[in-house]
Amino acid sequence: MSTAQTAYLNGRVPDGPIAGKWEKCKNEMKLVSPSNKRKYDIIVVGTGLAGGAAAASLAELGYNVKSFCFQDSARRAHSIAAQGGINAAKNYQNDGDSVWRLFYDTVKGGDFRSREANVYRLAEVSANIIDQCVAQGVPFAREYGGVLANRTFGGALVSRTFYARGQTGQQLLLGAYSALMRQVHHGKVKLFTRREMLDLVVVDGVARGIVCRNLVNGQLESYAAHAVLLCTGGYGNAYYLATYAKGSNVTAAWRAYKRGAFFANPCYTQIHPTCIPVTGDYQSKLTLMSESLRNDGRVWVPLKKDDGRSPDQIPDGERDYYLERRYPTYGNMVARDVASRAAKERCDSGFGVGSGGQAVFLDFADAIKRDGEATIRAKYGNLFHMYQKITAENPYQAPMRIYPAMHYTMGGLWVDYYLQSTIPGMFVLGEANFSDHGSNRLGASALMQGLADGYFMAPYTVGDHLASRKLPAVTTDHPEFRRCIDETRTRVETMLKVNGRRSVDSFHRELGKLLWDYCGMARNAKGLETAIQKIRGLREEFWSNVRVLGSGNSLNQDLEHAGRVADFLEFGEVLARDALARNESCGGHFREEFQTPDNDTLRDDANFCHVAAWEYAGADKDPIRRVEPLEFKEVPLTQRSYK
Amino acid sequence: MSDKLNLTLKIWRQASPGAAGEFKSYKLYDISTDMSFLEMLDVLNEELIQKNDEPVAFDHDCREGICGMCNLMIDGQAHGPDLETTTCQLHMRRFRNGDTIVIEPWRARAFPVLKDLIVDRSAFDRIMQAGGFVSVNTGNAPDGNAILVDKDDADQAMDAATCIGCGACVAACKNASAMLFVAAKVSQYALLPQGRPERTARVQNMVAQMDQEGFGGCTNTNECEAACPAGISVSNIARLNREYLRATLTGAK
Ligand SMILES: Cc1cc2nc3c(=O)[nH]c(=O)nc-3n(C[C@H](O)[C@H](O)[C@H](O)COP(=O)(O)OP(=O)(O)OC[C@H]3O[C@@H](n4cnc5c(N)ncnc54)[C@H](O)[C@@H]3O)c2cc1C
Ligand code: FES
Repeated sequence: MSTAQTAYLNGRVPDGPIAGKWEKCKNEMKLVSPSNKRKYDIIVVGTGLAGGAAAASLAELGYNVKSFCFQDSARRAHSIAAQGGINAAKNYQNDGDSVWRLFYDTVKGGDFRSREANVYRLAEVSANIIDQCVAQGVPFAREYGGVLANRTFGGALVSRTFYARGQTGQQLLLGAYSALMRQVHHGKVKLFTRREMLDLVVVDGVARGIVCRNLVNGQLESYAAHAVLLCTGGYGNAYYLATYAKGSNVTAAWRAYKRGAFFANPCYTQIHPTCIPVTGDYQSKLTLMSESLRNDGRVWVPLKKDDGRSPDQIPDGERDYYLERRYPTYGNMVARDVASRAAKERCDSGFGVGSGGQAVFLDFADAIKRDGEATIRAKYGNLFHMYQKITAENPYQAPMRIYPAMHYTMGGLWVDYYLQSTIPGMFVLGEANFSDHGSNRLGASALMQGLADGYFMAPYTVGDHLASRKLPAVTTDHPEFRRCIDETRTRVETMLKVNGRRSVDSFHRELGKLLWDYCGMARNAKGLETAIQKIRGLREEFWSNVRVLGSGNSLNQDLEHAGRVADFLEFGEVLARDALARNESCGGHFREEFQTPDNDTLRDDANFCHVAAWEYAGADKDPIRRVEPLEFKEVPLTQRSYK
Repeated sequence: MSDKLNLTLKIWRQASPGAAGEFKSYKLYDISTDMSFLEMLDVLNEELIQKNDEPVAFDHDCREGICGMCNLMIDGQAHGPDLETTTCQLHMRRFRNGDTIVIEPWRARAFPVLKDLIVDRSAFDRIMQAGGFVSVNTGNAPDGNAILVDKDDADQAMDAATCIGCGACVAACKNASAMLFVAAKVSQYALLPQGRPERTARVQNMVAQMDQEGFGGCTNTNECEAACPAGISVSNIARLNREYLRATLTGAK
């Protein structure tokens, strides 16, 4: 690692003791005067927890906000699907929780690959998030005394997760959406729904606007502003089969990358242990069964290989509760990457269940016996209902069959402590950035991070950018806007003109399978090299053989999909490259060459205790791997253990 | 057990908002009963693309029944035949070999068709803008447990808050009324202490906006409740009416 590289990426972490950094930073940031705020325009792309919260909060401060999303309403962002809950260090249960403990669990859960200062700040503001959401009228679960209820989530020994049945994301998002709608009512937010951002406009080195396609009439539009916030979510749909909403994409982030934003740790992907298994090759998505189910469900496989018996015919003594066996302290509540790999290991060794043997049991019989069916129904009713809808099996009577699936991406655009990317004036919030979860995210922490970024970070740090930079007036007549629009138009037209033989979806599926096979739960150098070659070939074929019907001047879902797949085909290669370059295992990045005797991740702290951020170097050139070193001053580097 | 179905689909095709639309028939063979309804449409679209026909446009995103994006009239029923089930959660095992399935967009004056099966539901957003919020800025909040909420109230508020905003209630109603949608939001806030201060203005403004958008009146046929994939109860409409009456009587705005 050369010093030139290390000097390049500076996370701008404030100095001083960790507990005082954010306070110090807030005190030192420049402020925009109240009467000047209305002179600034801010673009917020995305209306999920991060974007919705940021847009509403910035508008409350007095800025003019333009809010964009590709769905028909801001309320439908992918955050709506989050099920289990949101963490906060409230210690309402008096079980020893604290800001420190949430910080510690998150750093450890991330397998020591996150920036300590960011994680500490996240833990610090976590309690404010709950307060804010309660005040908005989010109907969190309550105890009989009227106080807020908690449940336990993976990777923690305390009960700090707040929830609204199995629909926590829905309720938190509707809270942020209601705050956003209030600002639309006050004229401070202008909504642009059914718009897809296709380019970032950078003027004199500063992000000053975006190009997007109006998905209803196909027109290309551009918008200028003094700051651009990307809150566009994760890139897990590169794998095709994932728990993401179908529209989730890497396009906005990828376009920004090509304009100079670095892409950090793309190989840190999270494969969630409890999802409904694949049933056929027509499958369009995979459905999560929330981690909260592991509170009451016990994971097991038969002790005997290829045991064909139905689960009720297998007595307790002939079952292997392998998580409880291998991790006696955490049991079924180990971190996600650990649980996923364990399921894969059991299935690959021939102990899997169901047709094809690619599943394990998640069994509620003991919990139902202990607490009664009504209690279980009250806690997880909607999840059980969903399971039954999809599989036609009744999980109150027979154990669920589950298997790991692509679920979340810890990697994302690189940001400093201020959530600013390598392009000044462009901030990245929520799942779209790389900041807080290291190489593995703990359950109930994404909602926390998205809302922390949106409600409590961006309103300060965006103000600092506006107050400390001279930002000359720029309109969409600027040549740079014209250039970006022209380039976008050419790209759309080229795609429509190929007129080949293969559908967009078939390319997407093939890319997804490549990534899953070579860059999924287990990776190795040879496989990754193969993946890179194959992805390149597939990309070439795409541009010569894809068939996109219809026109660019109308609502055209196939064209939308084509644009996203084209970007996934470029991005997928960088993802594989990142995995190949990281010669160690950590969290969700498991390289078979680097493992402990117990099949756990084996980090190489001497050589890889850093963030890897990829810089675009131009078409047909290899991207450059930049580095931000990580220091662990508060939580000493140790081998992570859930035993 | 998975079986195979042969089906005839009659689908509404309409090129653009103003254009005349028509039903077109399509045949599909060997559809697995394990498929979701939308996966069946994916298969159709893949076949159409192979034949150089433009695929059918339909809204969808989460495909797990929570985002409220999918919205199909299936054989005259909003979201199809299953109770408390969105279109994306409907599975083909619900159909029989040889069935003809008629697929239309939501039909309502306030939801104009954009293309094929896609409609514009922004009227719902505008109703929310009129009052579907608690006026609290970021940073204003007291400690979460400083506001105690009776568990029953919290549970009932949650029952109402689970509305996914899909518009099935409007599509199912012969008057295209949006009462259930508005009632769900008004109820959630009416049941919670956080919603009380703005109670009067909220119900008045949301109802006024609903009328302005061109939704019809409610004549208590309960079709909305039957069609609602989130199981929102019509008892919320009774609560909305009480809230509205109360606001009118107390007069205050
Ligand atoms: C099934 C499921 C369950 C989950 N459960 C939990 C949980 O219990 N707890 C937890 O903490 N986390 C959970 N997560 C993770 C969590 O939900 C997400 O990480 C988080 O909601 C992401 O929020 P976000 O605001 O960053 O992005 P999203 O919610 O993904 O929002 C992205 C926004 O960007 C817009 N957008 C994207 N691309 C473009 C573009 N090119 N142009 C214009 N707009 C664009 C979209 O329209 C959308 O508004 C879950 C995830 C899934 C899939
Ligand atoms: S696609 Fe989200 S509810 Fe059906």
